[in-house]
Amino acid sequence: MSSYLYYPGCSLKSTGRPYEESMLSVFRALNLNIIELDDWNCCGATAYMSVSELKAFALCARNFALAESQSDKLGNADLVVPCAACYLGLNKAKRYLDEYPDIREKIDTALAAANLSYNNHVRIRHPLDVLCNDLKEEVLTDKVIRPLEGLKVACYYGCQIVRPYADFDDQHNPVVMDKIMHLLGAEVVDWAMKTRCCGGSLTGTVQEVGQRLSYAILKDAVRRGCDVIATACPLCQFNLECYQKQMQRRYGDGPNIPVAYFTQLMGVAFGIPNQQLGLHRSFVPFSYSPQPKEVAGG
Amino acid sequence: MSIVEQKSNGTPKVGVYVCHCGINIAGKVDVYEAVEFAKKLPYVSVAKEYKFMCSDPGQEIIQEDVRQGLVDRVVVASCSPLMHEATFRRAVSVGGGNPFMFQMANIREHVSWVTLDKEAGTEKAKALIAAAVERIVLHQPLEQTKVPVNPDVLIVGGGIAGIHAALTLANAGKKVYLVEREPTIGGHMARFDKTFPTLDCSACILTPKMSAVGAHPNITLWTYSEVVNVDGFVGNFKVRVKRKPRYVKEDLCVGCLECIEACVYKRGKVPDEFNAGLIKRKPIYVPFPQATPLVAVIDPESCVMFKTGKCKKPCVDVCEPKAIDFDQKEEIKEINVGAIILATGFKTFDARRIERYGYGKYPNVYTSLEIERLVNAAGPTGGEVALKDGTKPKAVGIIHCVGSRDAKTNVYCSRVCCMYSLKLAHLIKERTGAEVYNFYIDMRTPGKGYEEFYERLLQENVHFIRGRVAEVTDWVMQPEEEGKLIIRAEDTLIGTVRRIPVDMVVLSVGLEAQADADDVRRLFNISCSKEGWFLERHPKLAPVSTFTEGIFLAGACQGPKDIPDSVAQAGAAAAEALALVDRGFVELEPNTAFVIKELCSGCKTCSNICPYSAIVFNEEEKIAEVNGALCKGCGTCVAACPSGALQQNLFTDEQIYREIKGVISYV
Repeated sequence: MSSYLYYPGCSLKSTGRPYEESMLSVFRALNLNIIELDDWNCCGATAYMSVSELKAFALCARNFALAESQSDKLGNADLVVPCAACYLGLNKAKRYLDEYPDIREKIDTALAAANLSYNNHVRIRHPLDVLCNDLKEEVLTDKVIRPLEGLKVACYYGCQIVRPYADFDDQHNPVVMDKIMHLLGAEVVDWAMKTRCCGGSLTGTVQEVGQRLSYAILKDAVRRGCDVIATACPLCQFNLECYQKQMQRRYGDGPNIPVAYFTQLMGVAFGIPNQQLGLHRSFVPFSYSPQPKEVAGG
Repeated sequence: MSIVEQKSNGTPKVGVYVCHCGINIAGKVDVYEAVEFAKKLPYVSVAKEYKFMCSDPGQEIIQEDVRQGLVDRVVVASCSPLMHEATFRRAVSVGGGNPFMFQMANIREHVSWVTLDKEAGTEKAKALIAAAVERIVLHQPLEQTKVPVNPDVLIVGGGIAGIHAALTLANAGKKVYLVEREPTIGGHMARFDKTFPTLDCSACILTPKMSAVGAHPNITLWTYSEVVNVDGFVGNFKVRVKRKPRYVKEDLCVGCLECIEACVYKRGKVPDEFNAGLIKRKPIYVPFPQATPLVAVIDPESCVMFKTGKCKKPCVDVCEPKAIDFDQKEEIKEINVGAIILATGFKTFDARRIERYGYGKYPNVYTSLEIERLVNAAGPTGGEVALKDGTKPKAVGIIHCVGSRDAKTNVYCSRVCCMYSLKLAHLIKERTGAEVYNFYIDMRTPGKGYEEFYERLLQENVHFIRGRVAEVTDWVMQPEEEGKLIIRAEDTLIGTVRRIPVDMVVLSVGLEAQADADDVRRLFNISCSKEGWFLERHPKLAPVSTFTEGIFLAGACQGPKDIPDSVAQAGAAAAEALALVDRGFVELEPNTAFVIKELCSGCKTCSNICPYSAIVFNEEEKIAEVNGALCKGCGTCVAACPSGALQQNLFTDEQIYREIKGVISYV
């Protein structure tokens, strides 16, 4: 059984709880052992990274050191990071630590003060990467007991998963989520909005600009007749789902379309109850319920 | 008497001349310190410095010292031997010395140009000077041999550059072999409708030259052929050319094209390469009606006869001259030529590599080469510019610099795209009346009549938006935009992001080196830039020569070029080739191998591996002998000889050991 360490970051314990719930359920259903990193700390995120890179790197490095020491029992140091902001922050820190000896020296000193060390072993993995690339297609399709037939899905990746580092997919036209949705039996819509900005933290600061960006994405999904938008980032999910009513007031033709984590849709296809996927927490209800697959001869 | 004195008939007198090269060398090497250092080296009788050793007064210093008998061998510490070895050898010779009693120490390319540290630079320069001095005391006077030059010339590539060079040489009375890989000559130019900036009809100016090539008594034209091997050296190249079977006998086919009409396929079957894949052609075809030679060719990949062995073969039935031959085999031709001109051209950038422009995803996104065929009166639509559904576009966006001036694809400017984009804009507007938008980074129109053409387009109300396009999508925001392609770009002149709906997008793709440029480079033993363009000997002063004597470059294989520049360069290459073959002889570097009889054990290792069969075995004396006329100085035998009996002039073991000693023992 493959094993992974899991780094939740703050979002998956708060606004992104459905992401955590659904991801853990899906991993378990696929027989993947996933263990939360013990004593993890903040990834540094945008806030720290933009004020003091070095401190952000130190925060990340502590997580790496913990991951390496806790990975001994697992046999690999793959750290699964679902939040796109954490994924990018940790990925960036790792690259800087691995490539710039002067930064590394300072960070090593800081780690040593806490009796920790980082030895370049940790790998930062996004669950999209793990679920699409570590597993054979049959492993996924075998688990599908309720194919998402007739469900029109728009896959929305956001920016940080493939930019600036395109470790496992194309930078401009990522396709891994499309592949997974296709294997689940859904109809995948090809659209131009896959990596367009959702507004990011602008929805909380310059709200009009932020919402205009999310609105354009939602509107194009509706125009293409989609039933649901699949996401892989807690902030994207939040921006796209939670302001739909405000958009109604602001633009007069607010969209009304569910926005689910891709892991939630996987869970639905695997026949996992909605409660275990966090679907009961949705603002825009996702009421689709697929029929069980007809078993040959049955 | 020391070994050195024995070998050089007395005490050698070495002159060392250190060049400042302005500040090129003196900026990073203490020239005066180097001279003082040289004065103390063994056998050095004269050491001097001068601002520019290569200048006439500089050479005069050397000549005078040789003439006065102050020195009998010369070391110049200056630039690369590629630059001035010939200059200084001549100076020694003019002074009355033997030109091979000369050695160069490269303290510019190998020292001053590659360091910022003057102290380290000076030390390395001293080491190289010491090495040259140590080696030159063992130099022997050598004689150059003259060999006759074969007057025939090979030209590889039958685009406009190859055609022009071939005609120039053939008209001068030289025999020319023109080898082209496609079934016809004509290259890219044959596909264009008009040429910028004069809007000359491309076919009207090209096809007369094509047929002149076909008819010229001095030109042997081999199309559908490739060079597979090149041996020999300047003046005497031995080349093997593979003639691919076209399954139609070239000497019998009269070009009536009845066979194509008769083919069991009533319609096209495979993408037509000549028409950029816009339409399909049959398995038996000619690329276009003015193809030269006008001989059909059968593509075995799609021909039923080749695929199944069963076909009614109507093509054979209708062919009166009985030219079709399904059993034709590949043929290898061997020719001898004195000079070679490479005119292998370019390929266009693959637009799929920039996914965000939607080529291959949205049907109405075209490459510029496809539009060239669409606007061509002889093209698949008879010159009509139409969308995939047959309607005329009302708005067209032309995106410049696709695969050019972009760190992610190609950094360089492809030079021709601004101008051909203007040409296409004009032609599209003329044919459709559409609004045409050019998205450019900078307009680059430096050429005779080019800027005027740009001005004309501005007058014709073609739109110009300065900004690199971010993306082409089908992201429509208004109902009236349904079905359109949306171009988004930052308009850097008004400082805003623009979103322009159009019906058709044209991607002005850049020029790239041919996919097999590296194989061709190896075949002809020349160099490539990192982008794959063939490297000229000197960017300013030897733009059509290569680092291999006797091999010249013409056209876009050397770098992106438009038609006028390609033709000009082809003319220059032809002139250089002519100058070489007309002289009648070349002088060979005397770096041939020789055998030290006393050391030869007669093992025959050398005679078995010599690629030029220049070593014969003397059965009487049981030793190897080198035929100096055949030896090319490759050094293979010297490296292989187990007893050190084979040595090479200018590179004897002793010379090399002393050179190494010089590098490491003085500094």
